[in-house]
Amino acid sequence: MIVVVDYGVGNLGSIVNMFKKVGAKAVASSDPAVIESAEKLILPGVGAFDAAMRKFHETGLMPVVGELVMEKKIPVLGLCVGLQLMTKGSEEGQLAGLGWFDAETIRFKFDADHAHLKVPHMGWNSVQVRREHPLVADWDEESRFYFVHSYHVVAKEMDAILAETEYGVNIHSILGRGNIMGTQFHPEKSHRYGMRLLKNFAENVQ
Amino acid sequence: MIRPRVIPALLLKGQGLVKTVKFKDPKYLGDPINIVRIFNDKEVDEIVLLDITATPENRAPRFEMLKNIASEAFIPLACGGGIRSMDDVRKLLSIGIEKLIMNTSAVENPSLVREVADHAGSQAAVVSMDVKKNFLGKYEVFTRCGQKKTGLDPVKHAVEMEKMGAGEIFVNSIDRDGTMQGYDIDLVRKVADAVNVPVVACGGAGNLSHVAEVIKQGHASAAAAGSMFVFQGPLRGVLISYPAPKELKEFI
Repeated sequence: MIVVVDYGVGNLGSIVNMFKKVGAKAVASSDPAVIESAEKLILPGVGAFDAAMRKFHETGLMPVVGELVMEKKIPVLGLCVGLQLMTKGSEEGQLAGLGWFDAETIRFKFDADHAHLKVPHMGWNSVQVRREHPLVADWDEESRFYFVHSYHVVAKEMDAILAETEYGVNIHSILGRGNIMGTQFHPEKSHRYGMRLLKNFAENVQ
Repeated sequence: MIRPRVIPALLLKGQGLVKTVKFKDPKYLGDPINIVRIFNDKEVDEIVLLDITATPENRAPRFEMLKNIASEAFIPLACGGGIRSMDDVRKLLSIGIEKLIMNTSAVENPSLVREVADHAGSQAAVVSMDVKKNFLGKYEVFTRCGQKKTGLDPVKHAVEMEKMGAGEIFVNSIDRDGTMQGYDIDLVRKVADAVNVPVVACGGAGNLSHVAEVIKQGHASAAAAGSMFVFQGPLRGVLISYPAPKELKEFI
């Protein structure tokens, strides 16, 4: 069973709906007992970095999730701000991130040629895979995903960059190392391309 | 790089979908779940659903219907009409609607916009305004499904709403609604140039040239349309359509 960690942030209904559509069992839960029974975890997230981090602290779920991910090494996929929480910190906030990736979350900084671009980066964009990984298996070159974000992650460990996306700057749009993965975009809102990715997470990732 | 979004805007009335002209004469199109499923299969960029009788009937959104729609739509869904409280907002988020569109409540209870942005992020807080030109040629914001004058200037209102935390402004021209004669470029550009958040233009689209025009000359980040995607031919027969990705790329 895949458990979507419900710490009060994110569009959990859509994530559960899409897993159901691809034939995977998933529930959203804030109950530590249910989370502990998970085979895989989704760490969702939207909104401001500190607000999400604070809620994750307040619900008391952070140590439960931390142990599952760091000790038991069960697969976890962060979505959007969920991925950003896995970095060391964000220019958007003061609180420390989880530090699961050697990465930082920074604001979009455009050069003069791209100064006209609006932030948030909102809409469908293409994603170029840079490395083989079960999460991006059977990749459709036409794949496009729905993005909504004002900050983006920059990974220092090159091996963890699974895919990149261009929006004035180069965004590390999928990260993955060992059992820890994350996407900057919203697969749950990205139609059949998102279904492929979540199906990969449900079936291929061990 | 991303291409500006092109969004079907669909109107809910009772248990069905309708399309209006200048906010009047709703014509029945069909079952909303079915029509949204067709748009989903056509891989549209996003869908906007507006319950046009919720506020006039003084009721909440139809959660059950929206839940059924959302469980079959795997694309971004924005929903408006009758959102009056954080309780409504939480219910919609848990159903799988990620953008909450506030129109009448943004005018009558602007702090709700702030609360939505704080709770779910500003990308979730969309403020929509229905705008009509008065007899002096001045733009004015209307609420309650185009029935109530507010005396508000759309540009000032948009700036105010951005300050309250709105992450997107949806500008709908009552005069152009359903006419298929083109967007009100002047109105859209005035609003888009005054705010930093994305502006979605609505009202008047008849073809892809109109869409390209409101993006290039109106400075809109996205274009929404109703009639163009649900009617075909001069007799306005109901036929759901959406341009192919290649066609969209060529035009915008």
